[in-house]
Amino acid sequence: MSQIDAKPRVALFVTCLVDLFRPSVGFAAIKLMEDAGCIVEVPEAQVCCGQPAYNSGDRKDTAAIAKQVIEAFEDYDYVVAPSGSCGGMIKDHYPALFAADPEWQRRAEDLSGRMHELTSFLVDVLKIQGVQTAPQDVKITYHDSCSGLRELGVKGQPRQLLDSIGGLEIVEMQTPETCCGFGGTFCVKYGEVSTDIVGRKTADITATGADLLLAGDMGCLLNMAGKLKREGSPVQVRHVAEVLAGMTDLPAIGESK
Amino acid sequence: MSMQVTTQNFEANASKALKDPNLRKAMQIIGGPMASRRVETARELPEFEALRDEGVKIKNHVLKHIDLYLEKFEQQLTARGGKLHWCRTPREARETILALCRSRDAKLVTKGKSMVTEEIGLNAFLEEHGITPVETDLGEYIIQLAQEPPSHIIGPALHKTREQVAELFEEHHPDYELPNVPGIKAGPRSTEPQVLVTEARSVLRDTYFRADVGITGANFLIAETGATVIVTNEGNGDLTQSLPRMHIAVSSIEKVIPNLEDLSTILRILARSATGQEMSCYTTLSCGPKRPEDIDGPEEFHVVLVDNGRSEMLGTALEPLLRCIRCGACMNNCPVYHSVGGHAYGWVYPGPIGAALDPHMIGLETARHLPNASTFCGKCEEVCPMRIPLPDIMRWWREQAHEKRITPPLQRWGIEAWAFAAKTPWLYRLGARVAIGLLNMLGKDKGRLSSLPLAGGWTDGRDFPAPQSASTFMSQYKASKKGGLK
Repeated sequence: MSQIDAKPRVALFVTCLVDLFRPSVGFAAIKLMEDAGCIVEVPEAQVCCGQPAYNSGDRKDTAAIAKQVIEAFEDYDYVVAPSGSCGGMIKDHYPALFAADPEWQRRAEDLSGRMHELTSFLVDVLKIQGVQTAPQDVKITYHDSCSGLRELGVKGQPRQLLDSIGGLEIVEMQTPETCCGFGGTFCVKYGEVSTDIVGRKTADITATGADLLLAGDMGCLLNMAGKLKREGSPVQVRHVAEVLAGMTDLPAIGESK
Repeated sequence: MSMQVTTQNFEANASKALKDPNLRKAMQIIGGPMASRRVETARELPEFEALRDEGVKIKNHVLKHIDLYLEKFEQQLTARGGKLHWCRTPREARETILALCRSRDAKLVTKGKSMVTEEIGLNAFLEEHGITPVETDLGEYIIQLAQEPPSHIIGPALHKTREQVAELFEEHHPDYELPNVPGIKAGPRSTEPQVLVTEARSVLRDTYFRADVGITGANFLIAETGATVIVTNEGNGDLTQSLPRMHIAVSSIEKVIPNLEDLSTILRILARSATGQEMSCYTTLSCGPKRPEDIDGPEEFHVVLVDNGRSEMLGTALEPLLRCIRCGACMNNCPVYHSVGGHAYGWVYPGPIGAALDPHMIGLETARHLPNASTFCGKCEEVCPMRIPLPDIMRWWREQAHEKRITPPLQRWGIEAWAFAAKTPWLYRLGARVAIGLLNMLGKDKGRLSSLPLAGGWTDGRDFPAPQSASTFMSQYKASKKGGLK
């Protein structure tokens, strides 16, 4: 751990979906943390956190992938992911993976202690009150992604940060904490059920009259954006980091302009 | 002999359920009132969370010493003139109950609500042997008329609309005449809940008096006093167990708790978790048969104790499931259950508890879909009064299925190929670059794709958002490091 007066050295855990689908979220996360006084690096050796294998019952491969992640992030004060799901995997589930391997369990627990979801890191660790972002005249609604909410207690942090942006109004939906039906491979393996669940969610989103839907996890965002666009909805969908960093000039998720 | 299993057809069952307009209408209660009343009544009780912890402690303690508590229960029950019947298998339980009914020359049996009698397939068995069981819980009565299994552990007919219930009653009680119900006029077939309840009550009234034997379940068995406990809202359970000359309470082994104080602790979280009531309307303790000085009650009192694989769960990853107090909160709050209803799960216990328990009871091959058909949203664990780690247990089953190669080959190979790439970062990056380049090219114009080969599960009902650009974050980041961050 660095000294209190030194700038913390933070590693960004990019997450596969940000890496592949939404690079701007990674850049937004870097900007937010740099603005808050961190030195941010992106270790090249990182891969996915292993959730697809873990939730498919492939524990052996998950442990191998987890070891790579643990090694890649060993030298940083903090590790931050713009995702509650990947954050929860590393923080909550990695230590349990190595129950029979004390050495790796110790290293997993060490990483777990340094691992944070982005908005929780900004608010709970760095104690920032708000972001310095130009006012945005927009009505938003926020979806609480399940892992971030239930594994990491992410609920108030993104809202507090959004509240600090002038002009922005948050309208809560009836069921902000209800799953959107993404569920990793669930959304493809049980596509019909998943579509039905996200249909209830988009009905709820539409009922708020918000212009913009935000969340902190790319999986949920791709799912909800996909459904909204199929329905012909004008609601735009973005990762919360993009709005916090003022990076909203790029097309929204599932849009081309 | 047990209830017909359709769990292996979960996908087809779910698909059918999703297209059933009546089911969709009926299931709205799950997402609305059932879930929100729980939140309200829990909020009104400041010690709710502490009571949950206490409940977990009580159950964990019992499970460690279950043999002692069951023996104590038997001792106390016997001392009060009751009799305990230990049954390892559903067959033993059915035959024990049949023999008891025959000892009374029974033709007609009334039944209170009991999931374990569904588990052992009791009704069909009794009917085959010339004994007519009549369900007296309103929901159970409805599904008995409809010849369907329950779709929820506390609301067996939750999947039916009022209109469907009215139609069933019309068909089964054609001669029934509507009595005067205050505020409701007789006339064409009503779908008012109060009228329907009154109709079921009057039809059942006579049955209670004619029944030779009354069979109930048991929410709890109290070791200290030898009492069985039922928790109900209709009063039908009391009539079922106190009017006939023989009462048989059927219970699974894990229902035992040490004493009355533990009962009061658990009762405070049971109804709040289940229906969002502070307490259920009736909590009835039965302490043995009628004593000479009692004016009513059964002459004989039997407890049929069913194991059916539960003792094998002790000391394994599945043990926490034995803490379940059958409140149904996991179902009431599960997005998947909300979409497909209980019948899609294809066996007695639906929803998250079923997804975790059924593979043990009916075999992992048969039930392999259930632990997979979950988004792992964690809501079930959040609302479970007994803090059962349902998602962890479902994941444990997925691991068993992967190890035993029960997972379909394509899925297994898919995940192994992905894992191989993830363990070989250069290969992973190469694959990602190719895939992203391609998807970006295909979806660039609209920013999304409306169909995608091999991903019909996604694109049948949703668009697939295209990647933001043709290159990954990692390659953009590396490039920006060379030429300064953009």
